This record gives sequence, C-alpha cells and structure tokens, in this order.
Amino acid sequence: MEEKLALFKNRKRFGIEKNIDIIFKNTALVLSSFVAIILLGIVLVVFFQSFESFSRYGLKFLVTSEWNPVKDEYGAFTAIYGTLITSFLSLLITIPLGVGTAIFITEDFVPKVFREIIGSFVELLAAIPSVVLGLWAIFVMEPFFRAFFVFLHNFFGWVPLFSTEPTGRNSLLAILILVVMLLPIVTSIARDSLNQVPKKLRNASYGIGASRWKTIFSVILPAALSGIMAGVLLALGRAMGETMAVTMIIGNSNAFSWSLLSPGYTISSMLANQFGEADGSQVSSLFYAAFVLMILSLVVNIFAQWLVKKFSLKY
Amino acid sequence: MNSLFYQKNSSRNIGDKIFTSLSLICVVIAILPLIFLVTYILIKGGAQITPELFTLEPNPPGDDLDAGGINPALIGTLIITTIASMIAIPVGVGGGIYLAEYSKGGSFSRFIRFGVNVLAGVPSIIAGVFIYALIVSTKILFGSMYSGLAGGMALSILMLPTVIKTTDEGLKLVPNELRYASLGVGASMYTTILKITLPSAFRSIATGVVLGIARAAGETAPLIFTALFSYYYITGFGDLFYEMGSLAVLIYNFALEPYDAQNQLAWAASFILVLSILSVNIFSRILAALTEKTKRV
Repeated sequence: MEEKLALFKNRKRFGIEKNIDIIFKNTALVLSSFVAIILLGIVLVVFFQSFESFSRYGLKFLVTSEWNPVKDEYGAFTAIYGTLITSFLSLLITIPLGVGTAIFITEDFVPKVFREIIGSFVELLAAIPSVVLGLWAIFVMEPFFRAFFVFLHNFFGWVPLFSTEPTGRNSLLAILILVVMLLPIVTSIARDSLNQVPKKLRNASYGIGASRWKTIFSVILPAALSGIMAGVLLALGRAMGETMAVTMIIGNSNAFSWSLLSPGYTISSMLANQFGEADGSQVSSLFYAAFVLMILSLVVNIFAQWLVKKFSLKY
Repeated sequence: MNSLFYQKNSSRNIGDKIFTSLSLICVVIAILPLIFLVTYILIKGGAQITPELFTLEPNPPGDDLDAGGINPALIGTLIITTIASMIAIPVGVGGGIYLAEYSKGGSFSRFIRFGVNVLAGVPSIIAGVFIYALIVSTKILFGSMYSGLAGGMALSILMLPTVIKTTDEGLKLVPNELRYASLGVGASMYTTILKITLPSAFRSIATGVVLGIARAAGETAPLIFTALFSYYYITGFGDLFYEMGSLAVLIYNFALEPYDAQNQLAWAASFILVLSILSVNIFSRILAALTEKTKRV
C-alpha cells in the first residue's frame, strides 16, 4: 500500500509532455487565427492594389460606364448595375420557387420517402460546378429560350427591360441560370427553418379551425421568416459573386443598356474576362471593381449573420 | 347543419387546393433543370468517352477535326486539388480543434467563427484576385508567374471554411464523458484530442472534408488567372511552377471556342467532372444516413 502511494506521488507529468501539450495548443491557436489573417489579407491586398485607381477616379468610377484601356478611362457602372440587376431579379424568381418547394417538402402532401428524395435532389443541384451549368446554358438553354425572347421583345418591347432585339447571349439568360444555382440554397435553408417551427404552433392553429394554408401563411411562415431571410441573403451574396456560369452566358459587353435582352456585364465576369491580359492602370481599376464586389458581398453576408443571431428561433 | 362536414366548394378548401398545386408546380420547376441537366450531360458527354480521351493532350483549337484528349487537365485537377487539400486540411482541422476543444466561447473564438462564415461567403473569384496579387504578380514562387501551385493556394482559401466548420461541428458532437474519462486516467490534453476525440469524430469530419474537396474540384473562377491553362503533359515535379490545366478551366475555355471538336471535349470533361462529384456526394450521403441509424452515444 505504501509503495503504491509513493508511486502515485511520483507520477508527475514529464516536462517534455507538458511542453508538447503547450505547443499543440498554441499551434491550434495559430492555425485558427489563419482565417482572420487571410480575411484581413484579402481586404487589405485588394484595397491597396486598387488605391491607384481609387485616387485617380474616386467615386466617379462607380457611376460612369466608360471602360477604355487605350484612353485610360475607367468606370464600372455597367458592371455594377449588371451585378445588382442580375442578382436581385434572379432572387425575385428564386424566392417563391424555393420557399414553395420547401413548404412542399415540409408538409405531408406525399409520403416522407418522396419528400426526402426531392430534398436531396435539390441539394445535389448545388453540387454541380457552375462552369458545367454555363456550358449547358450556352448549348441548351440559349437555343431553347430564343423563340421566347423574340416573343418577349415583340409584345413587350415598349418596356425598357425588353427593348432590344435578342441576339444570342444576354442578361436574362444569366438571370435564369442564376435561378438554377440559387434554388438549392434558398430551398434547403427554408426547409431547415420550416422544420424548426415547433409542432404545437401548427396544432394550435389547426385547433382553432384554420385551414392548412391559412396555418402556413399566418403561423408557420412568420415563425420561420428570419431563417428564410438569412438564406435569401446568403443566396444574394452568392449571386453577386457568381462568376463562371454568368460570364459564359451574359455576353460580356460593357455598353450600357437597360434592356435584359442585350448582352451585359457583371463585376465578376469583367474580372474573369480581363484580369489575365490586363496591365498598367487597367489592373488597378480591375482591383477597384473587385473591391466593390467584395464590399457588396461582405455587407450582405455580415447582415445575414447578424439576422440569424438576432432573430434565431428560440422555442 | 352541414358545417361539420368537409365542404368541397367552400372558399377555404378551394384556396387550399390552389396553393397545394402551386407548391407542387414549384417543386416540378425546381427539379426539372437537374433532371434535364444530368441526363443531357450523361448522354452528350458519355458519348464522347473513348480510351484516347484519358491519354492524349488536347489539340490547340483550330479547324482540325480531332480535338485530342484531356489527360493534362485531368491530372492537373488532381494535382491542384491535392495541393489545396494539403494546405486547407491541416490548417482547417487545427483551427477547428482550437475552436471546439480549447476555446471557451470568448470573444476570440466568436470572432474566428464569424470570420469562418464571412470567408465562406467571399466570392470565389476574389480568392483568385487575392492570390494573383500576392503570388502571381509578385513572382514570389521562384520567379514563376502562373502556376499550379498558385492555383492550389487559391482553391485552399475556398476549402478552408468548410474544413474548419466540419471539424468544429464534428468535435462538438463528441460526448464530453469521453473527454472526462480520458483526462481522468491522466492523459494530457493533446493525447485526449489525438487519441480519443478526433478518432470518434473522424467519420463526420471526413465526410465534410471530402464534400469540400469535391466542391473545390469543380471551381473555376479562382484558377483562370492563377493556374491558367496548359495543353501539355505534366511530366515532373517542376511542372508545378508552370501553367497547369484543369478540367474546369478546360470546360470554360473550350465551351467558348467556335469549333465543334473543342465543344465536344468540353462536354466529355463535364461528364467526368459531374459524374465524380455527384458520386462523391451520393456516396457520402448514404454513408451519413447509415451512420445516423447506428449511432451510439
């Protein structure tokens, strides 16, 4: 007994083991702070690279649409307008579709197996690389919609949005391919937030005689609203930054036009197109455009996170 | 009194039916593109698959009928994603370990978790722009400009948030009793993490990481001005410092070529890319479903 106690007392941790423990912890600490370093690095690098263009053109860069490397005139209005219009309009189409789908797979219209299959189908859509969607858009979607666009122009040509003759790739196609990309995001987040609404709310609503859709519209959807909003904002961030599919189908023209049926530009497609062969002050202007894009998506993302934190369901 | 019975023609029941059909229409519209897309790629791309596809170099676009193969792009994608994983997995798992095991919910860990979410939302092309400014234009990698190594670094920025998040969440699911037991028998913190908590969270972490790799393999935007593209075979280690092709960039470049032969090659590359990404996704989904059923606590 005495012996055993003595053994116990001497059982101190070796110095080397202690040191390993400390080193391990600090390595993990350093690795986790890499995230902050990279994030800060991205903001600072893009900002400083755009500094030359920023000091030369100032805020005029944001509202003029001249982009002429020969004359050294740069303005990104067309691209900024394109980024905003494509992402907002695609979101406008995606929200009802995505939320409708989410409602369908959280209600019990069809057996659970089918709903799960539909849910994972939609999520698989998110796994398809955007460059493949772009390829598909060029060779399948564009010919498919051509007649429809001509119809749109002929009958609604008096609306500024449809005022140009459709010629191949255009902003409307980019909006449609964005809808395909955003659907899985909105659907899966809306589904998760609808699933989190407690059953007793639904039962209470049924109990006082509300019909199913009255319940959905007046009880379930309001309760899940913050989660759905956050998903919508995340989708908005994704839409603004989406590059490949949009670049391949939007037509890449810097000539400004209100019409969705004419070729357009977004900030990301401008970067994808010009970055490789740019030099001189064009590079700096491209960095300026990238900075604008980054700020836009950062603001949207941070707002989405704030929304989740502030209004997350606490039942 | 009829009011106790279901009334087919009352406005509320008709309204309900209308909305139910509307939501069904939403589902159909949401699912149709996927079905069209996958079948089209499988038919159109699958028809192009030949043994030569995997062994030949692509021919530079021109009006010759034979486009060649996609060997350099296939190998390039493997190499670039491997580089990205070799950077993102150690950093991400290490960072995740700190968040889940060491941090006590203070302001630092909250800031890092917030940063992870923000980094996940940074547009992929910005990662390319960042690496271009940091590595390509400064020629910091032994004087080479566009290189497979730079492309891998750009991809690793996109993978990092996924890896940290899955590690953090996977470790949080490990019951605390396991940690207490290990610490109680006198194991140090790092032994506990390496021998007990990491192994028990291994499967969920691995699933998340593999999904992250699959996603990175299809990313194009960060590569188009970091790794650029190459038509030539990858022959040795030194090729890491030169332009490197990848399936994703091959699809982008060849989809925009006016020649039919190059377009066909883009379809074939899409077939391979989509098939591998979808099978990884489906496989890990099945695995996750199986684990959930046999979960022990």
